[in-house]
Amino acid sequence: MIDTVPQPVLWALGGVYALLIFSSLLVRVLQKRTGKDYRELSDRIRSWWVMVTIFTLAIVVNSTLSIIFLGMVSFLALKEFLSMISTRRADRRVVLWAFLAIPIQFYFVAISWYGMFIIFIPVYMFLLMPARMIMTGQTEGFLKAAGVLHWGLMTTVFSISHAAYLLALPVEQNPQAGGAGLLFYLVFLTQFNDVAQFTWGKLLGLHPVVPKVSPKKTREGLLGGVLTTTLMAWLIAPYLTPLSYEWALGAGLLIGIGGFIGDVVISAIKRDIGIKDSGNMIPGHGGIMDRIDSLTFTAPLFFHYIYYLHY
Amino acid sequence: MTMNKLFRTLFFMLVVRPLVLVVLGLNVRRKALLPEKGPAVIIANHNSHLDTLALMSLFPISMLPRLRPVAAMDYFMTNPWLSWFALNIIGIIPLQRKVKAGSSDPLAGAVAALENGDILILFPEGSRGEPEQLGQFKTGVAHLVKRCPEVPVIPVYLHGLGMVLPKGEFILVPFFCDVFIGESLDWQGDRNLFMQRMTSAMDALAVEGGFPPWE
Repeated sequence: MIDTVPQPVLWALGGVYALLIFSSLLVRVLQKRTGKDYRELSDRIRSWWVMVTIFTLAIVVNSTLSIIFLGMVSFLALKEFLSMISTRRADRRVVLWAFLAIPIQFYFVAISWYGMFIIFIPVYMFLLMPARMIMTGQTEGFLKAAGVLHWGLMTTVFSISHAAYLLALPVEQNPQAGGAGLLFYLVFLTQFNDVAQFTWGKLLGLHPVVPKVSPKKTREGLLGGVLTTTLMAWLIAPYLTPLSYEWALGAGLLIGIGGFIGDVVISAIKRDIGIKDSGNMIPGHGGIMDRIDSLTFTAPLFFHYIYYLHY
Repeated sequence: MTMNKLFRTLFFMLVVRPLVLVVLGLNVRRKALLPEKGPAVIIANHNSHLDTLALMSLFPISMLPRLRPVAAMDYFMTNPWLSWFALNIIGIIPLQRKVKAGSSDPLAGAVAALENGDILILFPEGSRGEPEQLGQFKTGVAHLVKRCPEVPVIPVYLHGLGMVLPKGEFILVPFFCDVFIGESLDWQGDRNLFMQRMTSAMDALAVEGGFPPWE
C-alpha cells in the first residue's frame, strides 16, 4: 500500500523543509531587527508550511493518493474558477458535467491510458458540453458560456492532470527517482520560480513587463527569476529526472517562462472580471487559482517536453 | 433523547461539515460578529435548503444543542420521516406560517427557546423564493423581537447556496458560497423602524460582494 519513496525525492523534500525553516527564521529576525510589519509575508510562509506538508503526505504515501490529491486540487480550482466568473442559470447542469469530467480524467491518468487522457477534455468534453447546453435551449450568451466552461476545464483540469500523469509514466526511464521525482521537479521549480521572480522584482525591479495586466511584474524580476530557476533546474535534474545537463537547462527555461505567462494570464482574467484574488482559501496567497496559476502552463509544457525526450 | 442527540452530532460531524467544506467552501466575512452564546437571533436570506446547514456549520459542534432553526410547519411536518428528521436531527422549532384567528400563540416555541438561551436561525423572507434573489421580509421577526427586546439580531447574507441547490432541484452542483455577517440590530421600540433597519442592513450586505445577478 505504501510505495517506497525514492531516496532523491526524500532528500529533495528535506531540502524544501530546510528552505522553509530558513525563511521562517529570516522573517522572525527581520521583524525583530527592523520592527516593520511582516504579517503578510509570515502568513504566506505559514501557508507554504501547510501546502508543503500536504504535498509531502500526498507524494510520500503512494502514487494513487498523489493522483487523488491532484484531482482534488483540480476540483477546488475549477470550483473557484466557476464561482468567480458568472455562469448562466440555464447552465447549472452543464457545470455539473464539467465537474464530473474530473474523476474521469484522473481515472484515465491512474490507469495510464495515454490516448484517452490526451483527448478526453480537448475533444469529447469540448463536444459534449455544447451538446448538453442546446438541450436547455438558451441561446443568449451561448458562445461565452461554452467558451468559459471549456477554458475552465482546460486550465484547471486538463493542464493539472498533466502533473498527475508524470506519476503514471513507466519507472524504467527514470529508475532513481520515478514519477514522484518528476512531479517534485515540476512543482518545486514552478513554485520556486514564482518566489524567485517575486524576490528579484522586489530587489531590483524597475521596468514593468506587462504594465496593463500586472503592473508589479518587472523585466528584472522576470529575468532574474528565469535565470535562477534555470540554474536550479540544472542543479537538481540529475537526481530527479532522466534529463541530461543541457536538456535540463531547456526544462528550466520552459518552466521559468511558462510559469510567468501562466501567472500573468490568470491575472488578466481576474482583471477582466474585476477581482484581486481568486478566493481566500490560502492565507497570504489568495485562492487556489492564485497558487496554481503558473502550474496551469508549466505542467503541460514540462510534461510534453520530457515525454517527447524520454518516453 | 440521548440517542437522537448522538445522531444529530454525528450527522453534523460526518455529513454537514464535510459537505460544507468540500462541496461548498464558505467564504465568511466578519465571523467575529457571530454570537458566542445565546440568546440571539440569526436572520438570513433564504434560497436553498442548504442555508440552514451552512449557517449551523459556522458554529462549533459543542454549540449544536443551542442552535434552533425556525422552520415552516406546513412544509416540514407533513410527512412523519421528514418531521422526525427536522425535529430531532436539524432541531427545528416548527412555525405555523398562516395564523388563524383564535389559534394558539404561534411564537410560543421561539420565545421559549430564547428564554432558554438558544440561538434561533430565522429566514424572514418566509420561503426560499426565486434563486439568488432577495424577497420581501415578513414581520414575524419584529413580533418576536418585540417580545424579547434585549436579544441581539444578527443579519447574515448568504450568496451562492441558491446556485448549489435551488428550490425544486435535488442534485448539488458545487460552487463557493459567501457568508457576510453584519452588525447586530437591537429593538428600538418600533416595529416599522425595526423592519426598515433590518431591510437596509440586509440590502447593504447584499451589495457588498458586487455579485452579478444569476440568470
